[in-house]
Amino acid sequence: MPANGAPTKITQGSQTKGGIGESTLRPDGTLKVTGEFAYSSDMWHEDMLWGQILRSTVAHAEIVSIDISEALAMAGVYAVLTYDDLPTAVKNYGLEIQDTPVLAHGKVRHHGEPVALVAADHPETARRAAAKIKVDYRELPVITDEASATAPDAILVHEGRDDHHSGHVPHPNIVHRQPIVRGNADEAAKRADVIVKGEYTFGMQDQAFLGPESGLAVPEEDGGVHLYVATQWLHSDLKQIAPVLGLPEEKVRMTLAGVGGAFGGREDLSMQIHACLLALRTGKPVKIVYNRFESFFGHVHRHPAKLYYEHGATKDGKLTHMKCKIVLDGGAYASASPAVVGNASSLSVGPYVVDDVDIEAIALYTNNPPCGAMRGFGAVQACFAYEAQMDKLAKQLGMDPVEFRQLNAMEQGTIMPTGQPVDSPAPVAELLRRVKAMPLPPERQWESSEGADVRQLPGGLSNTTHGENVVRGIGIAVGIKNVGFSEGFDDYSTAKVRMEVIGGEPVATVHTAMAEVGQGGVTVHAQIARTELGVTQVTIHPADTQVGSAGSTSASRQTYVTGGAVKNACELVREKVLEIGRRKFGSYHPAWATAELLLEGGKVVTDGGEVLGDLVDVLEDETVEIEAEWRHRPTEAFDLVTGQGNGHVQYSFAAHRAVVEVDTELGLVKVIELACAQDVGKALNPLSVIGQIQGGTTQGLGVAVMEEIIVDPKTAKVRNPSFTDYLIPTILDTPTIPVDVLELADDHAPYGLRGIGEAPTLSSTPAVLAAIRNATGLELNRTPVRPEHLTGTV
Amino acid sequence: MRVNFTVNGRPQEADDVWEGESLLYVLRERMGLPGSKNACEQGECGSCTVRLDGVPVCSCLVAAGQVEGRDVVTVEGLADFAQQRSESGCATGACGTSLQDAQQWRAKGTDSQTGEGTELSPIQQAFIDAGAVQCGFCTPGLLVASDELLERNPNPSDADIREALSGNLCRCTGYEKIMDAVRLAAARQSEGV
Repeated sequence: MPANGAPTKITQGSQTKGGIGESTLRPDGTLKVTGEFAYSSDMWHEDMLWGQILRSTVAHAEIVSIDISEALAMAGVYAVLTYDDLPTAVKNYGLEIQDTPVLAHGKVRHHGEPVALVAADHPETARRAAAKIKVDYRELPVITDEASATAPDAILVHEGRDDHHSGHVPHPNIVHRQPIVRGNADEAAKRADVIVKGEYTFGMQDQAFLGPESGLAVPEEDGGVHLYVATQWLHSDLKQIAPVLGLPEEKVRMTLAGVGGAFGGREDLSMQIHACLLALRTGKPVKIVYNRFESFFGHVHRHPAKLYYEHGATKDGKLTHMKCKIVLDGGAYASASPAVVGNASSLSVGPYVVDDVDIEAIALYTNNPPCGAMRGFGAVQACFAYEAQMDKLAKQLGMDPVEFRQLNAMEQGTIMPTGQPVDSPAPVAELLRRVKAMPLPPERQWESSEGADVRQLPGGLSNTTHGENVVRGIGIAVGIKNVGFSEGFDDYSTAKVRMEVIGGEPVATVHTAMAEVGQGGVTVHAQIARTELGVTQVTIHPADTQVGSAGSTSASRQTYVTGGAVKNACELVREKVLEIGRRKFGSYHPAWATAELLLEGGKVVTDGGEVLGDLVDVLEDETVEIEAEWRHRPTEAFDLVTGQGNGHVQYSFAAHRAVVEVDTELGLVKVIELACAQDVGKALNPLSVIGQIQGGTTQGLGVAVMEEIIVDPKTAKVRNPSFTDYLIPTILDTPTIPVDVLELADDHAPYGLRGIGEAPTLSSTPAVLAAIRNATGLELNRTPVRPEHLTGTV
Repeated sequence: MRVNFTVNGRPQEADDVWEGESLLYVLRERMGLPGSKNACEQGECGSCTVRLDGVPVCSCLVAAGQVEGRDVVTVEGLADFAQQRSESGCATGACGTSLQDAQQWRAKGTDSQTGEGTELSPIQQAFIDAGAVQCGFCTPGLLVASDELLERNPNPSDADIREALSGNLCRCTGYEKIMDAVRLAAARQSEGV
């Protein structure tokens, strides 16, 4: 085994072009730039109908009556379905807790909950018909925060809970609670020379993937249905869909349609069951496409959070203890809340060594919009808070904030608050050093001989300043994210790899059910196949449920786990191919039996480089195909009282330095530069790695200065469900993002790689906040920061 | 109603168009041209950007009836449009497109399943080469907008690029590779590559 962090030695495939480590280009690139790539909203079928969902206009109410007669009577309407039309006893679904009604039954629990479905021959007809459905609501008081959720007389969002968390939570309106206790925080606090307490608020962020929830359900002759859909995990969808339809899983065929981004927002079902129900009812293909307004109601969001932190440190800068309580608002349905709680609590201390901790994280049931998975998954909210705490501590101690962090930075061998040792490189101090060492962007870049270029100033083309009242600030932050599904989940992937001769050339075909959502998994699979099989031609089979599960495109796990499965299947195929070779040609050359054999450039070669034969001759008309599951190391559940347990597979680290300029008079922020340093273990595709880091960084920037779903605290209704009112960063809001990639191998992972997609979303936000604090001197305990928070005009 | 207009150089006719339908809907659902995207359908994201008589517009905000007799270029026709532009004696491709020119060219049909061997315009190739495509949903709109930028400004500054593309949202890339792609296309254009 190589020394810790040293690059994994690659022998097989090192001579074959287009393998791992190269910035090969996307196999779907040409189709995506010509407009021919078929996204889920592009599906079309002869004679298809359009589905439309009627959603609740109130957040919490009993449904007194639903009258569909007028809608059903409209010309062009083929079906109107309500709860009463659901075909089986299974009427709910959910990722972990099946608490989400397919269609509302007697009650709605959040604004925008699906109540009825319409199928019609034109989308506008379907919309108008849905508007003709009369729903009589009797409104109930709304639960919107911890106080109203846990009040003694609080209405229960879900009566009669019997899920596996219901037994251990302190209140039925708490989905899950995960404490972590290690050492003795109270005792350790006595050693502290400074104690810093803070209360932090994290706003509700939306994934805002651009491709709307959509798909096409086609009824099949055997009574089943074929669903073409954009999702993050085909097999998880299938498990939830089939029982509601009353069909065996083999009669629900699923094919991944083009996915226009995901970021966690497609982990839960959206239109899948609805489209299938309408297709099976009408006997016609049914297409559903949300518009952006509906999309804001059609998927879960990032949990907004309240975070209460206490840290202590000695005067020489060593952390003594940490206590925190993290309250995540899960909204009306559980979605991924339990797992988000596990992440928030287990990563709440950040990438620092703290032996004495007292941690608690909970997720609430409320009548706010359901919240679940989004890139960073519980670690994002915690990072925002603990990094603010680090800056406050450094300031009180009179220390440099980076040096203070480096003094307390975790490293390989550090024990997490869960008792789990960090058993691969954790270059936290080094990432901080690197990001700090990057050259700073020049001051006053907007100045030129022709006056100020307002495009580069806060306020931009609104022409609000030519440099007056503009103050620069710099902030640094670092974070830790887990990779893969944690807490004892059987997190496997399946890959089917075939090798054959086509047109006189050896060709590998890789078939997985992995959802390509833009991350570039398809590029990496082809690279792995080239490296492992020594061929140039690799075909990526479309993802569907005709092959075993690939798990979710979530948790920064796909390159690690499905990539690992592809590598594993390729190795098995390679063995088989070599066996065939030995059988056919072994008698011609002793090296077939004695040497270590490799596949390179379509040939069988010895590790000394001697060519033994051509794959075309070895295979002839034989096809070698192997489907196999692959698992990473198992994990354990966290103890429900102490939080102890080896819960995570791998950790991922990134650090950011933000440079901002703030118009202090108007409270406008321009982020000038957002530099990132990240350890990726091994960059299988450097171009894609940098793309992931820059994209994640920008989503962190968004929630620092603009992105927030505003929910009315009195009515629990969403106020800004559109791209007019929910702003995501444009190219003008986004600065240059220099990236420094570190590659310290994790010996436990394929090729030493580290999951990379989420870590850059963590530290980006607190770095921007720190920079704004640095520029303004304000405390700023909430994100996103809006102008009124900077001008004191809240 | 019936609407007649030119799409990617070919005269098209759409029947039974409801008055409320957008140009985007007609392109996507009636003409089999789903390349223009439907990310917001309210003019905020730019994913549906097409050229209407040469001018970049959000096709979701154009009523189909307004397009009667006019000329539309979508991402599907971008490669041929760029080819036509360079063959019309404008080597830099930065001479603008007259309405007459726009109406005289025709997109070549392609039935490629994989895109292999497809002729691409310089901006399309640059987006692939620079890693500017991830999920790709913003890509068609950005390509049309970037192509139009380079047509009128062959050497844009970074600030120019950001200003020109500020109406096109991308959620995956953080825009850095998109900047790279436009810079790359501009550089290749000026070198005559």
